[in-house]
Amino acid sequence: MAKTIIEKIWDEHVVYEEEGKPDLLYIDLHLLHEVTSPQAFEGLRLNNRKVRRPDLCYATMDHNVPTRNTRNREQIKDEIARKQINTLQENCEEFGIPLADMNHPDQGIVHIIGPELGLTQPGKTIVCGDSHTSTHGAFGAIAFGIGTSEVEHVLSTQTLWQAKPKTMEIKVTGELGFGVAAKDIILAIISKFGIDMGTGYIVEYTGEAIRNLSMEERMTVCNMSIEAGARAGLISPDATTVEFLRGREHVPTGEAFEKEAARWLTLASDEGAVYDKTVEISADEIEPFVTWGTNPSMGSGVSNHIPFTKDFAEASDQQAHEKALTYMGLEQGMPLTDIAITNVFIGSCTNARLSDLRTAASVIEGRKVHPTVKAIVVPGSQTVKKQAEQEGIDKIFLDAGFEWRESGCSMCLAMNDDIVPAGEHCASTSNRNFEGRQGAGSRTHLMSPAMAAAAAIEGHIVDIRKFQLDSVGV
Amino acid sequence: MEPINEVKSVITPLNQKNVDTDQIISKEFLKRIERTGFGKYLFYHWRFDAEGNPSEFVLNDERYKDSTILVAHDNFGCGSSREHAPWAILDYGFRVVIAPSFADIFYNNCMKNGILPIKLSVDEVESILSKEAYNVAVNLETQTVTGADGVVYSFDIDPYQKKMLLNGWDEISLTFQYEDHIKAFENKKLAN
Repeated sequence: MAKTIIEKIWDEHVVYEEEGKPDLLYIDLHLLHEVTSPQAFEGLRLNNRKVRRPDLCYATMDHNVPTRNTRNREQIKDEIARKQINTLQENCEEFGIPLADMNHPDQGIVHIIGPELGLTQPGKTIVCGDSHTSTHGAFGAIAFGIGTSEVEHVLSTQTLWQAKPKTMEIKVTGELGFGVAAKDIILAIISKFGIDMGTGYIVEYTGEAIRNLSMEERMTVCNMSIEAGARAGLISPDATTVEFLRGREHVPTGEAFEKEAARWLTLASDEGAVYDKTVEISADEIEPFVTWGTNPSMGSGVSNHIPFTKDFAEASDQQAHEKALTYMGLEQGMPLTDIAITNVFIGSCTNARLSDLRTAASVIEGRKVHPTVKAIVVPGSQTVKKQAEQEGIDKIFLDAGFEWRESGCSMCLAMNDDIVPAGEHCASTSNRNFEGRQGAGSRTHLMSPAMAAAAAIEGHIVDIRKFQLDSVGV
Repeated sequence: MEPINEVKSVITPLNQKNVDTDQIISKEFLKRIERTGFGKYLFYHWRFDAEGNPSEFVLNDERYKDSTILVAHDNFGCGSSREHAPWAILDYGFRVVIAPSFADIFYNNCMKNGILPIKLSVDEVESILSKEAYNVAVNLETQTVTGADGVVYSFDIDPYQKKMLLNGWDEISLTFQYEDHIKAFENKKLAN
């Protein structure tokens, strides 16, 4: 019978099944960071338990780390943050878990370094105490975020009890237009189908527009699956996947790699496989996207205006719309390109890979950041940072007036010093625009790296298509 | 975790949909390495203004001071996987959250902490929210929420999760009983 990749991977990982119980699912890779792991390790100690498979764990420090001046843990000024970061180091040492410490050349956002190191591979089950674990699904893996109790369960048993989720196909047909990025695909999907459309499902993204994406772009799409409510979103592996992984540190070499690659390709969903639900969106209808509200579904194509309250049918939606606009300090009916921007953040597990930085740099090259804007670039990892510096991308940003920082989660959730001041608007390449996400009272507008870069130059939201055409004098 | 079966209380009406975990517990409170002590930070930026004074938020309403049941609209607990959200809810004093739907990770996280998440229909939740200082009795065994006005709302829950909550079992200890299966699985994997 034709099977989806979701069913193939799931079935391969069931350790034990019994009527009336969830499946006991084996976990191939467990990624850890400083914020959601300390209580799990403490639980192990209290119960005198060991980490069952430290060799299947990999840890780094990303959420809390400062992005300027220091790569030394002991110099972190925030005492509680320093303690949390030091605790991860101590826990990894005690339990024998490999760690990319703050000063390690492999340090970076956990969802960026997993793929970089080749730890992320097709067919794996991958978990992390972080909802953006869905990123790894880009490789054809079942990857999902878990809570700290589940982190402790995986550390102890290398398994999780999981009810088999329903499957959903999100088919993106056609070709992307000029100036339209992977970020716009996922923002358009969330806006069209809603913030909870994926609850209870694992999503597979299919269709021509998805097939044509690079691995880095696929990661951007899968990353925000959780913003549509889906714990996991994945893409069947193909030649693009195989070539990305070839030569990476944790994948086999030579003949063994070819054998593994051949197996990966068999995981792709079979022709005629049936999903519990299928939805479709045409790439032709997607334009560069911007959010104007306080959740990722509150967004529109950049050529539009902010919706009117009367555009919403349900009272609860009308109420949510008004609440969001009050928080954002915006008026209904306002053109999106009239929104003034005073902060720009290029970073996060959604959009801080080398291709994102290259794209943003190409937009700003030879230009200056608008005098009212404070703009920062936070590379997703030390590897990304080093590669970008080798290409001279850091110079382009610095010459334009951007700050060039060290790697970490940074202003995506503002756990460190990188905070958007209350009441200010930020053009951000991150994934969440919730109230206070980038700092108490901060106002986030999610968009692609090219759109954020252009907003930094103009001091307001701009249509990247118009910006690019103007710049070549069309 | 603490077993749970019967909970009687006035409900705290949180008349909003898509309440995300960033609102439930804001990131500046995630740096602690303990599981306890998060209650005072629950919904911090909705409960307090920029100067730290109590704002007009339902948790500051005297009528609900001792409430142990929170009721909200669709998609409660969306966003971040932070288990600090249910820890804050529990530490504040809630044992039950009622909503038409929950985000998957949050729902699971409740189950691991002895918090009972109850799904009722949109109409039922609206009816509960519309009643003034409504007292209800929740019974997990019978899977019912009984209002002070005699209305009985029934809910579904996965039998495995129900058993875990009723008994307050430690899931890890239970999973250790499947060690032979895990070992066999690993051996088979190695052989391939």
